Formats: sequence, C-alpha cells, structure tokens
Amino acid sequence: MKWSRRHVLDTDDWSRDEVEAVLETTGAMVEILQRPIRKAPPLRGKTVILFFAEASTRTRVSFELAAKALSADVTNITASGSSVEKGETLYDTVRTLQALGGDIVVMRHASSGAPYFVAERTDAAVINAGDGWHAHPTQGLLDAKTLRDALGDLVGKRIVIVGDVLHSRVARSDINTLVPLGATVTLSGPPTLIPAAWRCGALPAGVDYEADVDRALAEADGVIVLRLQKERQEGGLLPSLREYTRVWGITEDRVAKMRPGAPVMHPGPMNEGVEIDASVAHGARSLVERQVTNGVAVRMALLYLLTGTPSLEDR
Amino acid sequence: MSASRTVLLGADDVRRAVSRIAHEIVERDRDISHLAIVGIRSRGDVLAQRLRDAIKANEGAEVPLGSLDITLYRDDLTRIGYAPVVHESAIDFSVDDRVVVLVDDVLFTGRTIRAALDALVDYGRPRATRLAVLIDRGHRELPIRADFVGKNVPTKATEDVRVHLVEVDGRDEVELVAKEAVTA
Repeated sequence: MKWSRRHVLDTDDWSRDEVEAVLETTGAMVEILQRPIRKAPPLRGKTVILFFAEASTRTRVSFELAAKALSADVTNITASGSSVEKGETLYDTVRTLQALGGDIVVMRHASSGAPYFVAERTDAAVINAGDGWHAHPTQGLLDAKTLRDALGDLVGKRIVIVGDVLHSRVARSDINTLVPLGATVTLSGPPTLIPAAWRCGALPAGVDYEADVDRALAEADGVIVLRLQKERQEGGLLPSLREYTRVWGITEDRVAKMRPGAPVMHPGPMNEGVEIDASVAHGARSLVERQVTNGVAVRMALLYLLTGTPSLEDR
Repeated sequence: MSASRTVLLGADDVRRAVSRIAHEIVERDRDISHLAIVGIRSRGDVLAQRLRDAIKANEGAEVPLGSLDITLYRDDLTRIGYAPVVHESAIDFSVDDRVVVLVDDVLFTGRTIRAALDALVDYGRPRATRLAVLIDRGHRELPIRADFVGKNVPTKATEDVRVHLVEVDGRDEVELVAKEAVTA
C-alpha cells in the first residue's frame, strides 16, 4: 500500500490497510530499537517540533526518542515557560511554528480539534498527540500493536475497555483502530462516565456496553483499563473513589474471569489501588511496559511515513 | 510482449549458480566458523537461505543467516514522493568480527549495496564484508563490485532484469525484459 496521508489527526476514517501499514512499519521499528546502534537515517535534516500545550511526560519523551532514533532534529515548545503562558493565542503560536519551519509538528492540546486548526495553517505535517476528549491516535495504534503481539490476529477477539469512557480520547482511538482489525470492543464503567447515546444503545459498529464489569470481563480476550481522573469525583460524576474501586476496579479476581492468559493494559499513568490493583498492574498479565516500548516504535513509524508525503503545494 | 523477453537463466542455471557461489564463499575464507550470510530483502534473503543450505550440505556447518531491509537507508527517500513500507530486518547474531556475505539478486547501480553497508554498520563491525549476487548487469553509479557473481549480463539502461524465485514467485527464472514491454 502506498502511504498518502499528510497528517495524523484522528484514525476515525482510516482503512484497515492503513492500520496494517502502520503496524508493519512498527514491526521494523521495534527491530531497530533492539540493534546495538539504535538509530536509522531516514529523517536526517528534518526538524520535529514537539508542541505540548497540556501536561505530558511519557508521550512527549516517547515522541522525542522516536524522532531521534530516526535522526531528526527535535525541539520542544511547552505551555508552561513559553509564551503560551503569557497569553499567546493558538493562532500566534501556529504562526511562530510556521516561521520556525519545522517539517513535522507533534502537538497535544486541551481543546478537542486544536490539531486540525494547526494543520490547516502550517506547511508542516501534524501529528495529534492527544486533543481534549477527542483523539489520541498513537495510543490507539500502540495498543493495537501490543494486542496483536500478544493475541495474534484480532478477528473475533473481544477487548474490554473499563473506566471513564466519556472523557477518554484513549477509548475513542482504541475503538477506531481495534474495530477495523476485526476485534469487538465491550465498554464498561459507571453510566455517568459513558457517553449518553452509547449508554442508550446508539453504539458504533463493533462496540457494545455492559455496565456490570464482571459480566463484561467474562471470557474476554483482554482488558484496557482507563485512568480515572480524580477530578471526576469533584465534578459530581462519582460518589467516591472507594466506591469506584469496589465496583469497577480491576483486581486479580476480575482478571481471572477473562480467558486464560488474557492481557491487561493501561495507557498510564496508573492510579494503583483506584482503577487497577498494584498486583495486576505489575503482574504476569500486565503489558504496560510493552505498551511503552511499542509506543516509541509506533511513533517512529508515523514520523517516517509522514515525511514521505509531500505537502499539497509540492505535489 | 514475448518478442522482447529473453530468458537469461533457467531453473537449472539458477541452481548451478547458487551451488557454485556456495563453494566459492567457502574457498575464499576456508575457516567458515566466522562466516555469516545476510540477504537483502526481498529476494536476496531467499538466495541467502539457499546459500546457507548449500554450505550446510557441502560442509556440514551451520552458518548464521540474517535478512536486511534497506528502505530506511535509501538515498532517494526525499525524492520518491511517498514513504515505502519498511519490512523487518532480522539479524539475531552479533556481526562483530565475522565475515559477512551480503546477498542480493541483481547488482545494478550499487545504491542498494551502499545502503546495505550503512545498515550493517549499525549491527556492529564485521571483520570483512563481501558481496554475492545472482546477476551483475553493469551500469554502476558507485564504486562497488561483487565478490561472487552468478552471471555477468551486459544490459542496456532501457532493459530490466527480472529475477523469479520459487519461494516468492513460484518458479526459478531470470529474464531480460525491454522497458517498452514493462509499460505495455
């Protein structure tokens, strides 16, 4: 397949072939990361700008390592300590990014849709590293890669996503990549933290909702545990964290309800003892560290694929 | 189409060429305990496997086998207008202090071999690197030559050499095709 996308803003309109192309490329990148010299030259002379207007350590570091492993030059713009904090608008930041002349802008922003705004106004290729509640495409792809490595073909496999689906860009991006690969996704979590339409049955293809987490996990092929943002309780969406842990927390007893060997994943950072027990988080079924390693490789794959696509003016 | 196709090597010729190269590799270095064979995807790796099998049959020695995808090391990535899909390389032994025989199907401009040499350096420092090819068709653009050659074929720039191997294409055959026929 010939890669033709210029930006990675969301995976909601990706074909199965596109997901497969990224996973195939990711496999090659995993191998590079295992070599004695963990560096290849395809992005020599390219500049990657990491524009993180929302707190993030692991995703930013992951992109930075990915860009450097492909020999790109990397520069950072973070919200704190930059002119964003001094009240610069997103539009002004975009103009600065444009003037700096980066080839790829990797951006995270608290506002859903912000990467689209940037993509329309720069010559650079834009990768969405998380925008509001909307999308986190690289997380979806690295979760797909991790599940593929663990389970093989995902056709007919059932993956459970537990937790705060309403505010979760990870859940949306996981659905957008796992469903085209043939998996079905069962969502579970407090009804107040599930989008109202989904809770009432208007679900996307390949997705269902089961409020009872024990029933959702029965005979499942894997579970992705979402981070519970502690602010949700203050917002009145949860009676208490203790109740959440008792009703939806992933314990060893609950893991045992899945198929033998079914893996446990979490996008991090984990609240151990809230949405996931420490013994599960660090247990034999946990693929959390594999997710981190695959994250670097998936981001390498996208950086590589995007630098090959000329901007519209150059086509 | 048939008028502009010439068969350069049939199945028996391919078999004999591989067998001869396998002997030449061993004669060149004698002490094969340091030998390793690395094929360049995606037909050099098939030939590399055949060479490894031939050496095992002749000498009774198991030579480490690897495969290399050179896409990320190409010198034309910024010129071709899209990013070709990269396949996984697999060299799961240390190349340090080994004599590594790189294997490819056709030696043409030499640019693929230049890329493969760069890629190989990222795995370590071989004692020596040699090159085995099934066909050398000339038209070099870099100062590169092969140590072991199945067949030297003088070609025109307007011609194409197509290597077919059973494992990939269902038959062993090398043909020379005029470019006009390629586009037709």
